[in-house]
Amino acid sequence: MSNKNKITAKQVSVFYGSKQALFDVDLNIAEKEVTALIGPSGCGKSTFIRCLNRMNDVIDICKVEGNIEIDGQDIYDNSVDVVQLREKVGMVFQKPNPFPKSIYDNVSYGPNIHGIAKDKTHMDEIVETSLKKAALWEEVKDRLDQPGTGLSGGQQQRLCIARAISINPEVILMDEPCSALDPIATAKIETLIDELKSLYTIAIVTHSMAQAARVSQHTGFFHLGKLIEFDSTEKIFKNPEDKMTQDYITGRFG
Amino acid sequence: MTREQRMKKRYAAEKRFQFLGVISIGISIFFVYLLLFKVFSTGSTAFFKTTIQTEIDFDKKLLELEDIKNPTLKQIKEAEFFDVTYKAATSLYPYKNDEEEKSVKLLLGGNYEYEIKNYLLKNPKMLGKKVKIELTASDDLDQLHKGNFPRNIPEDRRRLNNFQLNVYDNLVEQGKIGSSISDYFLFSGDSRDPEIAGVAGAVIGSFFSIIICLIISFPIALMAAVYLEEFAPKNVITDIIEININNLAAVPSIVYGLLGLGMLLSVFGMPRSTALVGGMTLSLMTLPTIIIACRASLKAVPPSIREGALAIGASKVQTVSHHVVPLAMPGTLSGTIIGLAQALGETAPLLLIGMVAFVVDVPSVPTDPSTSLPVQIYLWSESAERGFVEKTSATIMLLIGFLVIMNSLAVWARQKFERKW
Repeated sequence: MSNKNKITAKQVSVFYGSKQALFDVDLNIAEKEVTALIGPSGCGKSTFIRCLNRMNDVIDICKVEGNIEIDGQDIYDNSVDVVQLREKVGMVFQKPNPFPKSIYDNVSYGPNIHGIAKDKTHMDEIVETSLKKAALWEEVKDRLDQPGTGLSGGQQQRLCIARAISINPEVILMDEPCSALDPIATAKIETLIDELKSLYTIAIVTHSMAQAARVSQHTGFFHLGKLIEFDSTEKIFKNPEDKMTQDYITGRFG
Repeated sequence: MTREQRMKKRYAAEKRFQFLGVISIGISIFFVYLLLFKVFSTGSTAFFKTTIQTEIDFDKKLLELEDIKNPTLKQIKEAEFFDVTYKAATSLYPYKNDEEEKSVKLLLGGNYEYEIKNYLLKNPKMLGKKVKIELTASDDLDQLHKGNFPRNIPEDRRRLNNFQLNVYDNLVEQGKIGSSISDYFLFSGDSRDPEIAGVAGAVIGSFFSIIICLIISFPIALMAAVYLEEFAPKNVITDIIEININNLAAVPSIVYGLLGLGMLLSVFGMPRSTALVGGMTLSLMTLPTIIIACRASLKAVPPSIREGALAIGASKVQTVSHHVVPLAMPGTLSGTIIGLAQALGETAPLLLIGMVAFVVDVPSVPTDPSTSLPVQIYLWSESAERGFVEKTSATIMLLIGFLVIMNSLAVWARQKFERKW
């Protein structure tokens, strides 16, 4: 049975200048579950996920319409502080982007700016638990002072996940987190996602249908800026309602 | 055309292209070496001066100190040195008439009386004794000794007359002509006499100007660049500002001199000919260059770093100050240093704000009148004396030296602070 909804999006449309990238998307993301968003390139799934922590604000010409609520709070309301929103909704990007600083500093940066750690020992604890949750601790515990950029691609991505969970968010958004990684690193991240879903609500954008099938409980299929179908992952992959979804997941698309 | 012909043609074209490249580089290197060779061969002798060993009689009577038993330094300072110096100068060679006497005295540098007095002040024990001191020779004798004056031209076209040449030959025979590193060139201010003119005033003036230029332009340029690059909304006004900055970087430097003259000197009434105003004028000129360099290096920071910081809830200012600006540091620093190096070599704007004055004293604060290195080069290059020709080249050597140091500093800064991502 599905958990209660953490995020509800109603009639979300996104415009880049005069070009509309998303058309009236209605989508609910359930708490402590993994929701996968699939679809061909340029279908708007990344655009949608970036609306959830208002990363689109960075882009000047981007305009978001409609209503997105997290725990019943409209995140585009004027009273919402975007910094606090992003404290609650973390994000992991397509290309691993650790800061060119030490591994320790990468993880401690978030707690530092939000004043989460009480003292140095507490900070050490946060760094350790975050790295453990991200399944990276064993590999890096002896070289925390070395640059995060010196790690392998898969380790860098797990470092970014550790960085995201260091401030204890409620939601983690992942924008194709494995697209730059080899299959072994991908498998590690997928296992990690599976473990993390007991603690966090996760929304993941992916190009790999196999990945969506493996890690998610719900899947949404996007095409040309529209949400074509949204249902439990099992239903989408075994018995989709829409012909287009069927074509896409069986690889007959396009 | 067959396949082989086409290939042959292609290879030939590649060879031609490379050959042209090598030729261009060769020509550039040739001219650089020509310049350096000319400057160094003319200028290097300016670091040395010619000296004449002269016997000085610090006789108490000549100094009019015979009534005082143990004169203090102050009393020595106020003593009458005329007879001592006169005797020293005229002892170089026996002369027959007034004209010859004058000729002999003119072989000593313009500062020899001060040198004699200074020697006694430093060595007060020598009072009442006879000592041999190396006195700085005049510019004409200096140039003769360095081989820059031909001797075989008619007397009326020479700066030294036959009698003086005689004296010189005689002194050489006695082994009294020597050569030593010129303390005047490096440690004293400008002078009308080439043998005692130095660049210290210009070096200090340049130093003050560059420091003031750095203090003013770096923070302003960095803030402007950060605001324009990271915060400013992209609209018509920002576009206009951007175009203006790019245009300002291309404005001839003399225009900034006019601005400094009209604004800083006339409107604000700041002191003329000072390094303070010079530095401010240079910073007006350098600002656009540094802004452009800073913006380019901010732009080069990958957006993924900004996204990473924003996504864990860093505010815009935190993102910029914790991540973007530190990562852009190598570019901003080397851009700034190169902008300052450009300012160091700038002459035109300084001419307009009066830093072209003849300043004898070495400035001790930025509000003292001073010149700067390039202006000193300009001033000396106009002087007729042969001594100033070598001083001009030597100053160019110094300026090139400082520029090389600054540019190496820029390279070093870039490598030191560069981080990979």
